[in-house]
Amino acid sequence: MNSPSNGAIEYDVGTDQWVLNMGPQHPSTHGVLRLTLRTDGELVTECAAHIGYLHRSAEKIGENLTPRQFIPFTDRLDYLAGMNMNLGLTLAVEKLAGFTPSEKTRHLRVLAVELCRIASHLVAACSTGLDLGSFTPFMWSFREREKIQLLFEELCGARLTYSYITPGGVTADVPEGWLDRCEAFLDQFEPVIDELHALLTSNRIFIQRMAGIGVLSAEDAIAYGCTGPVLRGSGVARDLRRHGEPIYRGMYDDYRFEIIAPVNGCYPQDHDYPPVPPQAVVGDSWHRFYVRMLEVVQSIGLVRQAIAKYRQSSGSVDPPWQVKQKLPPGEAYLETEAPKGQMGFFIVSDGSAVPWRLRIRSSSFSNLSVVEKLCRGVLLADVAAIVASLDIVLGEIDR
Amino acid sequence: MSPSEIYSMLRQLWPHLVLEAKLEAIDPWIEILPDGLVQVCRSLKEEPSLAFDFLHLISVVDYFQPDPKLAAKTAWEPHLEVVYHLSSTAKGHRLVLKTRLPRWVEQAEDRLPEIDSVAHLWPTALWHEREVFDLSGVRFKGHPDLRRILCPDDWVGHPLRKDYVMPIEYHGIRAQ
Amino acid sequence: MTDQIASRLPESWAWAAWAGAALIHVALMLCFVLAAVAFFVWLERKVSARIQDRLGPTRVGGRFGWLQSPADGIKLLCKEDIIPAAADSFLFRIAPYLCFCPAFAAFAAIPLADGWVALRLDIAVLFVLAVAGMEIFGVILAGYASGSKYSLFGAMREAAQVVSYEAPLALCLVIPVMLAGSMDLTTIANAQEGWFTQWFVFHNPFSFAAFWIYVVCATANTNRAPFDLPEAESELVAGFMTEYSGFRWAVFFMAEYTAMLAVCLIASIAFLGGWNGPIPWTGWLGLSYSVHPALGFLGDFVGFLNLTAKSFLGVIFIMALRWTLPRLRIDQVMAMCWKYCVPLAAAMLLGAAVWLCLFPGGVFRGVGLRNAPSPTVAAVGAFAGEREQVQP
Repeated sequence: MNSPSNGAIEYDVGTDQWVLNMGPQHPSTHGVLRLTLRTDGELVTECAAHIGYLHRSAEKIGENLTPRQFIPFTDRLDYLAGMNMNLGLTLAVEKLAGFTPSEKTRHLRVLAVELCRIASHLVAACSTGLDLGSFTPFMWSFREREKIQLLFEELCGARLTYSYITPGGVTADVPEGWLDRCEAFLDQFEPVIDELHALLTSNRIFIQRMAGIGVLSAEDAIAYGCTGPVLRGSGVARDLRRHGEPIYRGMYDDYRFEIIAPVNGCYPQDHDYPPVPPQAVVGDSWHRFYVRMLEVVQSIGLVRQAIAKYRQSSGSVDPPWQVKQKLPPGEAYLETEAPKGQMGFFIVSDGSAVPWRLRIRSSSFSNLSVVEKLCRGVLLADVAAIVASLDIVLGEIDR
Repeated sequence: MSPSEIYSMLRQLWPHLVLEAKLEAIDPWIEILPDGLVQVCRSLKEEPSLAFDFLHLISVVDYFQPDPKLAAKTAWEPHLEVVYHLSSTAKGHRLVLKTRLPRWVEQAEDRLPEIDSVAHLWPTALWHEREVFDLSGVRFKGHPDLRRILCPDDWVGHPLRKDYVMPIEYHGIRAQ
Repeated sequence: MTDQIASRLPESWAWAAWAGAALIHVALMLCFVLAAVAFFVWLERKVSARIQDRLGPTRVGGRFGWLQSPADGIKLLCKEDIIPAAADSFLFRIAPYLCFCPAFAAFAAIPLADGWVALRLDIAVLFVLAVAGMEIFGVILAGYASGSKYSLFGAMREAAQVVSYEAPLALCLVIPVMLAGSMDLTTIANAQEGWFTQWFVFHNPFSFAAFWIYVVCATANTNRAPFDLPEAESELVAGFMTEYSGFRWAVFFMAEYTAMLAVCLIASIAFLGGWNGPIPWTGWLGLSYSVHPALGFLGDFVGFLNLTAKSFLGVIFIMALRWTLPRLRIDQVMAMCWKYCVPLAAAMLLGAAVWLCLFPGGVFRGVGLRNAPSPTVAAVGAFAGEREQVQP
């Protein structure tokens, strides 16, 4: 790296570059992710992501099990948002079969999925804080998440891997008084979000660490296939709950909520949100984090509406189909808006109960592919902030 | 644009590359010749009325029935289908693009079928094509960094193929 | 007393008396420091737990987990001694002690009450700053000798950070030195005798600001959050301590808590009045040596409790900071030091110096002699003064 210029005595004193391995075991890589970084001191010059440490051949297993048998495997894709994963496969199968569930089932599904979205975003937002050294919001958000998990345990018997939303309907109706307990939880949860804002969103040090870091332009986000809060944080107001396929957006037709994205630098003003700091650039880590925090508020509204609609709707909740229900021949691909992005399931069926091919489009897979571009030229401490803001979970990346 | 309009536009642009289409399927698809993939994809991306700027997924479906009795009853010959799911953020329309590849080049095993890479059009494909190469054994010409992504670098075989047999051991770990 | 023993021994053995005295001092200091450190380990877990809305240790040793610290200590002692193959074995082994000993050695010059000091030095402030600054050698050595890139990263960050923050730290400490007229810590604390208004932190606005700058720089100097990059858990696993386990790791933590205690003690002595309580009731009760040695000792002991309480409050404050704020990045830490702390500290120093030239007394002290009673508390002060004069 030493190169004399013009034969003069001044030349660039180069420093050695290191290859640093943020290995599969690391406190802040959100799972078994391996990042090899080429660093010049504290500056990262190149970054390569190595995945596959959690590959459990889910797609191969999908060719040997019926969709109802595969639902527990979907729980383990994005294990922080099991309900959303269940819904993804369920709706893809129902699209293939041309089935529409009852109204009560639809509202119950929305309730479960949005409550799970709150849980997933809580983990995402506060493990960002954890990666930056702020330990307390993490504990507080897990306290709230514990309450959500208790609610789900009453509903379907599991705290994390629900297997609740299955092709045909849901596995069980709500227990006695469960809806009241949901509302009680939401009532006491709203002030906690303000506490989290005080410790994270509006915290001066947090803003310094996140604002302007890892800026992803809208064109790059679309080019690299980023979806969810990563795409919306870059200013593209695209949410499959409004822009998706009819079978999915039909679930949310009569629900009121805002798509959280900084369109022209402005966010929806339906609530009293903390202000955007001047240092934050649209598409940076702070905006991705902010989108998630605001989506939590939107999801609270959606859960309340779902509870009200469930109470008002008549009829009954559809039970699941038979385990070995035959699928009509054909292909169907459906993407749903999972907390981490657009999660897609592609089913190819030859007419038997077991799909011929089950392909899973994982949102974090494409979201992570952009890290190699974002981490160039940042300091080592920023790599943790960027990876945290992308909110990846290796379960769905590696399948 | 409706699927039939997209189909007729593509037939106009590339009549010799676009084969059949099934527009009344649940997800309307258009099949093209594998050699014309890059040209068709470039039109899909750059034509102002098409503007397919978002690549959702690249998958490979292995049409091969390992059981010989059932293989006699299938309606198709063994082949691979590479499926591209595309959409346009601006226009809102969706499309499925398919192309057929032989399972092996000239029936010789270990010579993987090849197709052009679209990574220069949609950087999403950088990782998706790596995964397809890794799991289904399709080589993408022109991909800047085609290596395995999910399986270990020294893995042998392409697991998602229907005739894949799990090795007995891997680095001293029993696999069967 | 040491002189008397020394004079009784034969000439060539006179040093034994001094050595004995030194050993006794070391033993006393060690007891105090280690007891404090064990308490801090427990305290940190309780403080962090309460802030995070949970309980902390509640099982080992009763409802409050008193025995958690000794239990942890025993566990760490029993752990396997792992030295990485790539590590420089000898340097790896001595690095923790190189970290702990300077932090502990600084206690030699820190008084715990009036006259309760191992080494009464005229230059105590300088001594403490210099010796405590030697801790950096242990850290760099640990990072280098571990043979791991993560450790070296942590060590480099630590080197930059600690050495940089020594500058504003020293600048802030010059202000109490100026106000007291001496670098002797005992003199500095004695100059703040009386009500809490006599404390140097309330002397003038510049020393008040300097106190808070000192708090920030002290937190940075001891690698506590939000400046804990060298041990940044989320990026470097454990920074320079990554390869250390078992008792060696415990020694590093002992060093960190010892340094934290030292820094809080200095803050209490220099700014918060030292062993003088907010209300000078020991003087009212006549607990001084002029009355009776035992009462004087009791008065000094109360002063020791005062000083300990103040420094423990400071330690709790630093702990609460850790569990509230995120971590700053290294370039932000350095920018904060050189762009904010140093100019501010220098400005406060200049301001305090100018104040001393213009106004002989502090905000709460009257115009006149430095220790004269202030008009604002004249009534109560006169009452106290009367009581004092009544005593023989």
